[in-house]
Amino acid sequence: MSIIAPVNQPTQPVEPEEGPATAVIKSWKVPIILGVFTVLGFLLMVVFGRTGTSTMVLSTSSDLIQLPDVLLPTLPTGIVISILLAGITGFSAWMVQTRRKVPLWLISVFGVLLLIGFLTWASADERIPVPGLLFGSLSLAVPLIFGALGGVISERVGVVNVAIEGQLLAGAFTSAIVASITQQPLLGLLAAMVAGVLVSFVLAAFSIKYFVDQVIVGVVLNVLVTGLTGFLFSELLAPNAATLNQPPKFERINIPLLSEIPIIGPVFFRQTLIVYIMYIAVAAVYFGIFHTKWGLRLRAVGEHPQAADTVGINVTGTRFWNVSLAGAVAGLGGAYFTLGSVGAFGKEMTAGAGFIALAAVIFGRWDPIRATLAALLFGFASNLQNVLSIIGSPVPSEFMLMLPYLVTIFAVAGLVGQSRGPAASGKPYIKS
Amino acid sequence: MSAAQQPTPTTTPTPTASPEPAETSRWQNVFREITTGNAIISVLAVLLALLVGAVMIALTNPNVQESAGYFFSRPGDMLSAAWDAVSGAYSALFQGSVYNFRRPSFADGIRPFTETLTYATPLIAAGLGVALGFRVGLFNIGGRGQMLIAATLGGWVAFAVDLPAGIHMIAALVAGVLGGALWGGLVGLLKARTGAHEVITTIMLNYVAFYLVSFLLRDGFLKTPGSNNPKSPASKETAVFFDLLGPNYNLHFGFILVIGATVFTWWLLGRSNLGFKFRAVGENPNAARVAGISVQRMYVYAMLFSGGLVGLAGINQVLGTTTSGFGAGIDSGIGFDAITVALLGRSKPWGVFAAGVLFGAFKAGSFSMQAAEGVPIDIVLVVQSLIVLFIAAPPLVRAIFRLPAPGAPRRRPVPNVTQEVVAK
Repeated sequence: MSIIAPVNQPTQPVEPEEGPATAVIKSWKVPIILGVFTVLGFLLMVVFGRTGTSTMVLSTSSDLIQLPDVLLPTLPTGIVISILLAGITGFSAWMVQTRRKVPLWLISVFGVLLLIGFLTWASADERIPVPGLLFGSLSLAVPLIFGALGGVISERVGVVNVAIEGQLLAGAFTSAIVASITQQPLLGLLAAMVAGVLVSFVLAAFSIKYFVDQVIVGVVLNVLVTGLTGFLFSELLAPNAATLNQPPKFERINIPLLSEIPIIGPVFFRQTLIVYIMYIAVAAVYFGIFHTKWGLRLRAVGEHPQAADTVGINVTGTRFWNVSLAGAVAGLGGAYFTLGSVGAFGKEMTAGAGFIALAAVIFGRWDPIRATLAALLFGFASNLQNVLSIIGSPVPSEFMLMLPYLVTIFAVAGLVGQSRGPAASGKPYIKS
Repeated sequence: MSAAQQPTPTTTPTPTASPEPAETSRWQNVFREITTGNAIISVLAVLLALLVGAVMIALTNPNVQESAGYFFSRPGDMLSAAWDAVSGAYSALFQGSVYNFRRPSFADGIRPFTETLTYATPLIAAGLGVALGFRVGLFNIGGRGQMLIAATLGGWVAFAVDLPAGIHMIAALVAGVLGGALWGGLVGLLKARTGAHEVITTIMLNYVAFYLVSFLLRDGFLKTPGSNNPKSPASKETAVFFDLLGPNYNLHFGFILVIGATVFTWWLLGRSNLGFKFRAVGENPNAARVAGISVQRMYVYAMLFSGGLVGLAGINQVLGTTTSGFGAGIDSGIGFDAITVALLGRSKPWGVFAAGVLFGAFKAGSFSMQAAEGVPIDIVLVVQSLIVLFIAAPPLVRAIFRLPAPGAPRRRPVPNVTQEVVAK
């Protein structure tokens, strides 16, 4: 907070989500962070630059429209990108100097350029399958997005949802069993939603009825679900794997026409049903929260329950049912593990995805679209490492694996800064 | 959140009028105090959780399932099968964690209890760290990373440096605690300087620490020369914690250190100037700021202490439990278990100590339960989490056992809002 120095004259209206700031703040954080990354990029791409040619493969073999491979000479590309990065840094510094807000798109462009530069550098004399890279990123991001949406709904209504991990795991477990028994992936999907709702019921009952600290319930629920699924897995699923743990996976569905668009088509429109449900869910949650009566009430309860109660909204009921809805959404994400990607339940198979989703919620500032983007970023970063380990990157693989988390820390510290949740999130409402 | 207040009156007011104190006898008063007190809730919570665990053990037992097929012709079969399964599992749990009656001498029989204390040692240390964070309104999920960094620095001192016995141990200990404190303090610094939410940064730093240690083990200064195994060299004898009860028991000096850490945390939070500021920030950062406390600085200090205590758990692993060299899984989930321990201990030092011993008992007993009865270890997670849930909701336990609500009925229920709420 020490950096904040209010300026009298706002030169640009500030979005309401920006928190308490009412004036544009002359903060050098963004240029400094960009500068650091520019120097790092320059060192990597030019000083320690590699010679050769990087090949970006833009089309898959099954595409209708074949794009030619893009050949980038590694070192010159690095030099050009370094210059562009330096230019953007300088421009942002100029904008701060003249008390303008550095727009998010400029930072995004910076990020994309840096990424292209890095990919070019890493893939000297190698081929990078761009559609494969993006496709895998989306796949890894799907459960994170569902989890983050569940988190956004729950926290917007005023209940901190640390139990995303538990909801994902419960969804994965139940969908595996139900889909294996019925041989119907759709029923498995439904069962995953029910399982997520059940976890949410406990969260809601303890935090709303018994006023137990929501973080406590969330953390404990994660342990409880881990224990329950682990116990039942060892006792039931492992001995009867053939009948109980062989769910049919969803088939990929190619959407006609859309799936033939170069690059975008193979990535977004040759996916399974769960992914299409995810697109709808993101749009629905966004529209619902910000443009419907339901969303207005939900946000009112999360921001100021007393005021909401005064105008006749049933705070307890709203919270209870929306937390349950959040559980259903997160449960869908769990089903993706068993019905979409892996194909069988494994002990603790979510492996902390719920916590990453929680980070995406906060990173996305409790906004469904931004949380989705944050989840996509996490997915991309994890998959980047997979791709680079295949083509053989000159950096030790551990550092590649570390990169997404480091970038997140930098981003959260430098660009997002103090994030503010819904005002009443985490506080039980006691009607007086 | 002091112990005296803890019979948290979170109940809704019940219409049943409490009996006039003058009319009740002394014994009735005593009885009432026992049934409404905090201790009874804890005991009943443990019992309830064990009961749920028993149901799960019975339902998944193959003998029980088999005899359930002819339940209506011979119900006794199923009941005795269920009893066998449950009593077998729980007696194995007890004998693995407290006292083994099958051993002839007391010295052998008590060995499981020393195991319990050995398992409890890192849980208490890390639990204290998480609890300290909670009291300042910080949610430290970064136990894993802090433990790993502590193990890295302390472990390196333990196997690479030559020092006389005793001094070597202290040096390794200090290095480990410092490592944890720095990794934790980084989070505090980021929060203070930039407002980055500590939940994000701690989770991210967990992964960073994990991959950093993996790299160091594979190709860095933790690598064992001439080995492809990602495992560090063994700690030198001069640095290892000495055994408290001789070589037959695993209990080591770390337990004494943890008692010391508990006293220190108690003093820090309850008696020191800094602890007062910590709690003020935890209760209400805005009020603390108005009162002239630098909230930012308190965040940094609190995370330094929190990380240092978790670091103690990390160094305890290297110098006490796994002295033959460590891998990247040296934290073995303690950083996350510590959150539950801190919650069960209500973020109070001695509460954390007791919770740590209880969880240590579950951990020690679960292995013998799995070995003797084939009950998966995961059942312990279920029981542990249920205990925390039930203890956190006294009205639920009272409702189940039909206990009276404590004291005179209040007009307004007071919420059970703790520092953990603020930490989110």
